[in-house]
Amino acid sequence: MASSATAAVAAGHTHAHVQHQFDDAEQQYSAAVLGMWAFLIQEIMFFGGLFLAYALYRSSYPEAFAHASHHLDVTLGAFNTAVLIASSLTMALAVHAAQTGHRAQLILFLFLTLALGSTFLGVKAIEYSHKWHEGLVPGLQWHVDAPDARQQLIFFSLYFAMTGMHALHMVVGAIGLIVLLLFALQGKYTAEYNTPVEMFGLYWHFVDIVWIFLFPLLYLFAHH
Amino acid sequence: MNGVETRTNYLNAEYGLLSWLLTRDHKRIAILYLVSVTIMFAIGGLFAAAVRLELLTPQGDLLAADTYNKMFSMHGIIMVFFFLLPAIPATLGNFLIPMMIGARDLAFPRINLLSWYLYVIGALFTLYAMVTGGVDTGWTFYTPFSTTASNTNVVPTAIGIFINGFSGILTGLNFIVTIHRMRAPGLTWFRLPLFVWAHYATSLIQVLGTPVLAITLVMVALERAFHFGIFDPAYGGDPLLFQHLFWFYSHPAVYIMILPAMGVISELVTCFSRKSIFGYSFVALSSVAIAVLGFLVWAHHMFVTGMSVYAAMIFSFISFGVAIPSAVKVFNWTATLYKGSISYSAPMLYALGFIGLFTIGGLTGLFLATLGVDVHVTDTYFVVAHFHYVMVGGTIMAYLGGLHFWWPKITGRLYPEIWARISAAIVFLGFNLTFFPQFILGYLGMPRRYHVYPDEFQVLNVLSTAGASILGVGYLLPFIYLGWSMRYGALAPANPWGATGLEWETPSPPPTENFETPPVVTRPAYAYDLEEVTVG
Repeated sequence: MASSATAAVAAGHTHAHVQHQFDDAEQQYSAAVLGMWAFLIQEIMFFGGLFLAYALYRSSYPEAFAHASHHLDVTLGAFNTAVLIASSLTMALAVHAAQTGHRAQLILFLFLTLALGSTFLGVKAIEYSHKWHEGLVPGLQWHVDAPDARQQLIFFSLYFAMTGMHALHMVVGAIGLIVLLLFALQGKYTAEYNTPVEMFGLYWHFVDIVWIFLFPLLYLFAHH
Repeated sequence: MNGVETRTNYLNAEYGLLSWLLTRDHKRIAILYLVSVTIMFAIGGLFAAAVRLELLTPQGDLLAADTYNKMFSMHGIIMVFFFLLPAIPATLGNFLIPMMIGARDLAFPRINLLSWYLYVIGALFTLYAMVTGGVDTGWTFYTPFSTTASNTNVVPTAIGIFINGFSGILTGLNFIVTIHRMRAPGLTWFRLPLFVWAHYATSLIQVLGTPVLAITLVMVALERAFHFGIFDPAYGGDPLLFQHLFWFYSHPAVYIMILPAMGVISELVTCFSRKSIFGYSFVALSSVAIAVLGFLVWAHHMFVTGMSVYAAMIFSFISFGVAIPSAVKVFNWTATLYKGSISYSAPMLYALGFIGLFTIGGLTGLFLATLGVDVHVTDTYFVVAHFHYVMVGGTIMAYLGGLHFWWPKITGRLYPEIWARISAAIVFLGFNLTFFPQFILGYLGMPRRYHVYPDEFQVLNVLSTAGASILGVGYLLPFIYLGWSMRYGALAPANPWGATGLEWETPSPPPTENFETPPVVTRPAYAYDLEEVTVG
């Protein structure tokens, strides 16, 4: 990582990739890493507001939340969790392939990550349409007949806000993967220069981790 | 050009509108921001004028109640989100931080340009909401009024602020990375100009706080547009949760406005008293302390909401704590002035005005942090006066002071000093006449956000409106003479003030790459007493 960039500087191969404002490839690389981590901290705060709302209402209405959680499909959720963990693996392999300069492997693993991410989004769409038909979409298609229906509405409001925001991040990630794939096909990434792949990997792992929290909080709540 | 030698600089390096709209030069982006925040300031100022005119008489004879609500709401929204927050960081910060640390540009020039476009798109959304019916929630968007009761354009306004929020986040991120990674050789953390320290602390708030506001506005928009039930008490939702989330950002946001201002003042005070700043590291670290403490005091906006009294006591106590690093700065500026050889140039007049106004604003903040007093003056003009003293008296005084100070660097031209001094005096007098009566009004019990009031409050309101018109003149004058100076002002030397700091070692206006040879730093900041600084 840092050492590969340093080695690259020593080898003197990276000059073409250093933007005008940086002195050398190492400075450019370390700026990218810090920038990405700062961005991810920003993302944690962004999702944090939703998690705070969830924590508050779950502690206020534990039973309504448990009832509402029963409507979620644990099998599909578990399947998607497995899909995302697999995509994190393929992304990590893609980063490794980029760093070691294996272009064919990089393309393969980026493609697999994209396929797994799309699978996740497809399953999510199926789940959303189930919720729609069951009348579980707050405001638009809401037909819940239960004594605690009003508090269940808060659960589903948060469910759609949280998984929707997560899915939006997946869509952005899928677009990012397509861009990386196009550049990888052009041979833009080498063992000396692969910072965008590595930075995107951080983003992708972050989005996966958010789901690792969402799955138990939303799906498994009623099953413990 | 009349025989005057003109070297290539960032202004004349390229020509044409596209060369500006697609620029990645931090200095040009600063100019783009300068133009756009000035436009927003003018619009927000017109709304303020409408509010003050309505309050000239106790009856609601100029504006209907709902129009008045929209006037003060749009005034607050535009001024807070589109002027006060970006004013200093996005213009002066953008222009100066790379030069102050000896860098060629910010770390991410494309993202910097993207920030400006996000600002413009956010502003356009908000202005669209304004011309298609306005918004009447105040700048605070309190639920459930904003989500269920109000029938105005809350969603487009919220979208505008959401987008603009990411402009601030990206600017802060860019500053943090730039300050960490791109300092010139020899420029250690404790040799950084205090302006840079202040912007570093500000950027931390922008990156940590703004996303919370963003997600809160998403929830408001979802609730309003799709009838989600997150804050709605009808479903068991908690409107107080909105206030906690809102103030978690919006209290620290006050420090996004005032910390860069304090950075400017530190530069001005030390330069115009020809002394190294007193207690450099205390001033530097107090910025960070303010940023950290600022995140722990949000609920002092909520003392009368029915929040737990024990929580209120803790938030009251920590709120007093913010006074400590703020006072450190004021005392250190004062100590810097002591026995300094002070020159009362226009930027220094603004800086001295800032110290006076910020001290009043800060001390009245202690009144408001005190639980019992807060209950008495909550939602009165006392609060309005307090935050205008801090945010307007603080931020705008510093912004104008900084703009004058670095104007020769930015434009390569000198402005007419006498006019600048006159306008500084007018702003200071007009400001006090506008807002000091409001402390008394609030103490006597006049509530904020009402367009009618009992007759006995009229005298103070007339004074306030009179002050506002004087203040308006004070704000208008710099438009005129600074605009004039761009064409007719004398050419500025590289260092017209004899100031220390890397930005003065490069020609005015600077070349696109900032420095002809990369600078190396061998001295602490503000080494006014170490060696003679050559003027010119």
